[in-house]
Amino acid sequence: MLKNLEEVRVFMERINLTPGLAQAKPIRDSLKEHCGTDVGRCYQCGKCTAGCPVAFAMDYTPREIVRLLQLGLKEEALKSKTIWLCATCDTCSTRCPREVEPAKLMEGLRQEAKAKGLVADKRLDLFNDLFLQLVEKYGRVHEMGLILKFNLLSAQPLKDAGHGPGMFLKGKINPLPHTIKDNGEVKQIFARVRALGGEGK
Amino acid sequence: MKRVGVFICHCGTNIAHTVDCEKVAKTAAEFPHVVFSTDYKYMCSEPGQMVIKNAIKEHKLDRIVVASCSPRMHEPTFRKCMESAGLNPYLMEMANIREHCSWVHPDKEKGTEKAIDLVKMAVAKVVKNTPLTRSSIPIHKRALVIGGGIAGIQAALDIADAGYVVDIVEKEPSIGGRMAQVDKTFPTLDCSACILTPKMVDAAQHPNINLVTYSEIEKVEGYVGNFEVTIRHKARSVDVSKCTGCGTCWEKCPTKVASEFELGLGTRKAIYTPFPQAVPNKPVIDRDNCRYFKTGKCMVCQKLCPTGAVDYTQEDQLETIRYGAIVVATGFDLFDHSVYGEYGYGKYPDVITGLQFERLINASGPTAGKIKRPSDHKEPKTIVFIKCVGSRDEAKGKPYCSKTCCMYTAKHATLVKEKIKDSQAIVFYMDVRTPGKNYEEFYQRAVDEYGVQYVRGRVSKIYQKGDKLIVKGEDTLLGKQVEVEADMVVLATAMVARSDAGDLARKVGFSYDQHDFFTEAHPKLRPVETHTAGVYLAGACQGPKDIPDSVSQASAAAAKVCGLLSKNEMATEPIISAVNESICSGCGLCISICPYKAIDLKTITERVHGKMLERQVAAVNSGLCQGCGACTVACRSSALNLRGFTNEQILAEVDALCL
Amino acid sequence: MKLAYYPGCSLSTTGIEYNMSTLAVARTLGLDLWEIPEWNCCGASSAHLTNHLLALALPARNLAIAEEAGLDVAVPCAACFARFKATEAAVKDSAETRATIEEVIGRKYEAKYTVKSLLDVFVNTVGLSQIKTLVNRPLEGLKVAPYYGCLLVRPHKITQFDDPEDPVTIDQIMSAIGAEPVYWGYKTECCGAAHPTVVPEVGLKMLKSIYQGARDAGADCIVTACPLCLTNLDMRQKEVGEQNNTQYNLPVFYFTELVGLALGHDPHTLGIDKHFVDALAFLKNKGFLNPVQNRRDSE
Repeated sequence: MLKNLEEVRVFMERINLTPGLAQAKPIRDSLKEHCGTDVGRCYQCGKCTAGCPVAFAMDYTPREIVRLLQLGLKEEALKSKTIWLCATCDTCSTRCPREVEPAKLMEGLRQEAKAKGLVADKRLDLFNDLFLQLVEKYGRVHEMGLILKFNLLSAQPLKDAGHGPGMFLKGKINPLPHTIKDNGEVKQIFARVRALGGEGK
Repeated sequence: MKRVGVFICHCGTNIAHTVDCEKVAKTAAEFPHVVFSTDYKYMCSEPGQMVIKNAIKEHKLDRIVVASCSPRMHEPTFRKCMESAGLNPYLMEMANIREHCSWVHPDKEKGTEKAIDLVKMAVAKVVKNTPLTRSSIPIHKRALVIGGGIAGIQAALDIADAGYVVDIVEKEPSIGGRMAQVDKTFPTLDCSACILTPKMVDAAQHPNINLVTYSEIEKVEGYVGNFEVTIRHKARSVDVSKCTGCGTCWEKCPTKVASEFELGLGTRKAIYTPFPQAVPNKPVIDRDNCRYFKTGKCMVCQKLCPTGAVDYTQEDQLETIRYGAIVVATGFDLFDHSVYGEYGYGKYPDVITGLQFERLINASGPTAGKIKRPSDHKEPKTIVFIKCVGSRDEAKGKPYCSKTCCMYTAKHATLVKEKIKDSQAIVFYMDVRTPGKNYEEFYQRAVDEYGVQYVRGRVSKIYQKGDKLIVKGEDTLLGKQVEVEADMVVLATAMVARSDAGDLARKVGFSYDQHDFFTEAHPKLRPVETHTAGVYLAGACQGPKDIPDSVSQASAAAAKVCGLLSKNEMATEPIISAVNESICSGCGLCISICPYKAIDLKTITERVHGKMLERQVAAVNSGLCQGCGACTVACRSSALNLRGFTNEQILAEVDALCL
Repeated sequence: MKLAYYPGCSLSTTGIEYNMSTLAVARTLGLDLWEIPEWNCCGASSAHLTNHLLALALPARNLAIAEEAGLDVAVPCAACFARFKATEAAVKDSAETRATIEEVIGRKYEAKYTVKSLLDVFVNTVGLSQIKTLVNRPLEGLKVAPYYGCLLVRPHKITQFDDPEDPVTIDQIMSAIGAEPVYWGYKTECCGAAHPTVVPEVGLKMLKSIYQGARDAGADCIVTACPLCLTNLDMRQKEVGEQNNTQYNLPVFYFTELVGLALGHDPHTLGIDKHFVDALAFLKNKGFLNPVQNRRDSE
C-alpha cells in the first residue's frame, strides 16, 4: 500500500496565482517592448494551436504559453519545450484574430531562455549555434557538414549516416567547406553585432 | 444694473471631494454684478431648486449661474426652475465643475482654483445674456418608415394604429426583409413565416399604411415636422393596378437566374416575386437579366399576361412627399466570409452561411426543407457549426459581437438533430452568450436533450479531402488539437451594416459609427432617437439585434413618432444662428459650411442714397439650424452670430479668465 | 531582363539541382541572372532565432552589393527570400534600423530595389503566357501537388506576392506547362524546417502528414520552390514510409525542373538525376523523357 502511494506522480499541482499576478503587468509590458506583441490581447480562442503543425509534440500548446504569460508565470514558459519546438512557420500569427503573433513571442522567449540558461531542448539550440559558427568562419554554410557535426555533438553520430553516400554520389556534398574568398567582411559583421549586444530593433 | 446669483453644487461628494465649494461660493460673491452666492449639497434636488427660487425672489436676481455638472444633465432642470421663478430661462448659465473639474483632477487646491475660474467665466457670460424665446414650427402628421423588414413593419403598424398615415418605403419588390428568409425562430422554434406573414398582410391592408415597394430614398430635405422626401419608384415593368399576381408570367418566363432571396442556393425567373408569400404579390422584371431587355426579343410575359399588366415602357418615377417624422429600419447585411482564406475563401460549396442554412431547412426553400448539401445534394451526417466568423475578429472582420449567432447556431444544431436522426452536430465556439428570456434554457436543451456537441475553440483551417471537409481546431478545454471530418460546415457570419448604410445616413442627415451602424442619440437613455430631431431608429441598422429586440425597438420608435405627431406644432430651441443683414455681404460661404443645410440666400431690398436696391444676404432656417456655430466661425464679416453664444459673450468669458 | 541573383548556400550543396535548373531555364526565358559576387549566407532561421540584428545584417550585405549594381534581386530559396524580405522591410520601416545595419555591414543600403522570389519573377516578370509559348513538351497528365511551405507566403505583409492561405503561383506555372495541379490542404503546412534533422521524432511526423495529404489528393509528385522543403520531403521520404509501413513514391521537384523539362531541356542538365526518390524513372514511366524537337540544351 505505502509503496504504491509513493509512486503517485503529481501531474497537476495547484498553482498559487497570487505571486504571478503581481508580475503579469510588467511581463506583459516587457513582451510588448521586446517582441512587439501584446499577450493581454489574447482571448484564448485556440486558433493558433488549432493550426500549429508542431503542437502535437509540445508540452504546452501555443495558446497555453500565452495563458502562462497572462498569469505572470513566465518562468514556466521559459522552461517549456514548446518555445524550442516552434518551427517559426508563422501560421499562428497569420490567423490570429487578435493579432497577437505567437511566433514572435516564441522567438523572444527563446532568446530570453537562452540568456537565462533555461534551454529545455538543447538540440535545436546547438544546431543554431553550429550553423552560425560556420557562417562566421566561412561566410557560407556547408549543410551536410553541419548535419554531420550536429549529429556528432548531439551524441547520435550515425543518425543520418545512411544519407551521406547518396548525397556524395549525387554531387550534393562537397568534401571541402564552401567559403568566400575574403570572409573578413562577414567576420566583422559578427564582431560588430556582438559589440552592439545583438539588439537593435 | 445686472443682479447675478451664483449657486455652487456639491453633488454629494462628487464635486465636494476635490473642490472646496464653500470657498468657491465665497469668492464668487466678490465678482462684479454678483449680489448673492451660496453652495448646497444637491442643487438639482427639490430643496436645491427652492434655494434658487427663494434667492431670486429675496435678492431680486435677474440672472443666475449654477456651477454643477454638465449642462447635458441638468440644463433643462435649471431652465425650468428659472421659468417657474418668473425669469427668462436663457438668463441662466452653467459652469461645469464636475466633468470638467472635480472628476478629472485629484488635487483639491488646484481643483478649487479651477472651479473659481469656471464660475468667473460663467458670471462674465451671463451678464451679457439676453432673453431668448422659443419659436414653434408646424408638424406634418405623416410618417415615413424606411425599410420593410420586421422592424419597419412593426413601427408602421404601431404608428398607423395610433391614427397617423405612414408610408413604408422598401427597396425590394416585397416587404418582409430578413425575417422572411428565416425558417424557425428562437427560443420557441415557431415558424418565422407563420408569425411574419400575418403582420405583412396587416401592413398591406391597414387603411393608414401605404406600401411603397421597389422604391428607394432619393433625397431628404427639410427638418423635424417638415421633411421633404423624394422617393424613386423604380420601374417595375408591371402595372400593379392591373396585375392580379396570378403567376403566369413567372411560370412561363424562360430566363432563370440565381435568386437573391435564396442566397444563391436556388433560382428565380427574370420576372419574379422574391418568395411565395411576397407582399405585394406582384412581380417585377429584372431588366439586367430579362431576355427582352437584353435582346429585344421574347415578350413571353407580356403576351401571356391575362390582364395586360406587363409594361416594358415604364420608367423610374420621382415623387416628393412631406413627412413629420422618419423611422429608419434598413436592417443588416451578412459579413462576406470570402476573406477567410483558412476557410476556403468562400469557394467550398459545402461551407455555407447561417442564413443559407435557413433556406436549406425551409419548406419553401430550394430543397423543400430537406437538408441537402449544395455540392452533391446528399444529406449531410456530420455538420460543423463555426461561430464568430467575422465577429470578434479584428484581423479579418469586426471587433464586435453579433449578438444573435449563439442563439441561431443552437437553433440550427437542434434542427439538424431533429431532422437527421443519425447526425452529428458540432459547434465550435469561443463563448456561449445567451442573455435573453428562455435563451439559456434553449441552449442547454440543444446540449442535454438533442446531444449537440460544443467544442470550445476557434477553427484554424478547413480543407476539402475527397467529399469531406476536414475541420481543424483546438479543444481549448482539453488543450488538445482536434479534427472533424464534416459533410457540411455552417459559418455564423457577422451581422454588418448594409453596404449603402453610410449613403442613406448622409442623405437623411444623421450620424453613423465606424462600422456604418446608425448612431443613437444616447446609448442608454435615447436608444431609438438620432441626433437629428424627427429621425428615429429601429432594428439591426442601429447594431446587431435579434427579432424580439428589433420589434421592441420598432415599437419604441413608433411611440416616439406618435409623441411627435400628436402635437400640432413644436417648440424650437432659440440657440440658433442669426444674421446681421446690414453687414452680411451675401458671399454664401456659410451655406457650404453648414452641415444641416440650414442656410440659404435671400433677396432683400434696402434704401441706399435714396434709391431702392436689391441684394442677397444669408437667411437661417430656424427649423433646420442645430446651433453648431460653424457658420459664425466661417463668416468673414462676422455677420453671423449664435444666440446664447454670441461673440460678445464668448469674449467676455475669455476676458474674465485672462485679464 | 537583368536581375541580381542570390543562389544561397543550399543551391550549391543539397539544392544544387535547383541552381542548375534555374540557370538553364532562365537562359531560355531570357532572364539575365547576375550572381551577386562573394555573396554570404543569409543566416537563415538560425540567425533569426538567435539574434535579431545579425538576422538583418547578414542579408543586408548581399542586398547592398546588388544595390550598388542597381538591380532587383531574384532569390530562389524560400528561406533566403524570407530573410531578405525581412531586412528590406526593416530598412524601409525605420531610418534608425537602417543606420544600425549600415554601421554593422560597413556598406550603404537603402532598400532602393526590390527582393523577389524566383516564383514571383516567373509569374509576374516573365509572365505565364511567355512560359506557355515556350513549352514544347507539355507535361500533360502529370498530377502535381504544389507545395509552398511557410516562408514564401508568411508573414504576408512582408512576402506579399502570393496568398498566405491559398497561394497559386506554382499552380499557375504548372498549368502553364500542361501539368495538372491538384487541390490539397497542405500547400502551406510546415515541413518542419530543421526539425527532421534536429528533432526527428517531431519532424518526421510533420512530413508524414504532408505525404499523406498529397497521396489523398491523388498527386503523382510534389513540386516546391524551397530547397529545405525539398531536402526534407525527398531525403526523409523512405524513412517516414518505413516507419509507417508504406511507400509514398512521391518524387519531389523544384518548379524550375519541371518548367525546364517542359521547355525541352535534358533532365540531367536540370539535375533531375540528383533526387533520392527516383525522379528520372518516374518521368520516364510517364513518358516525359522521350526526345523532343528543338531541344533547349543546344542553345
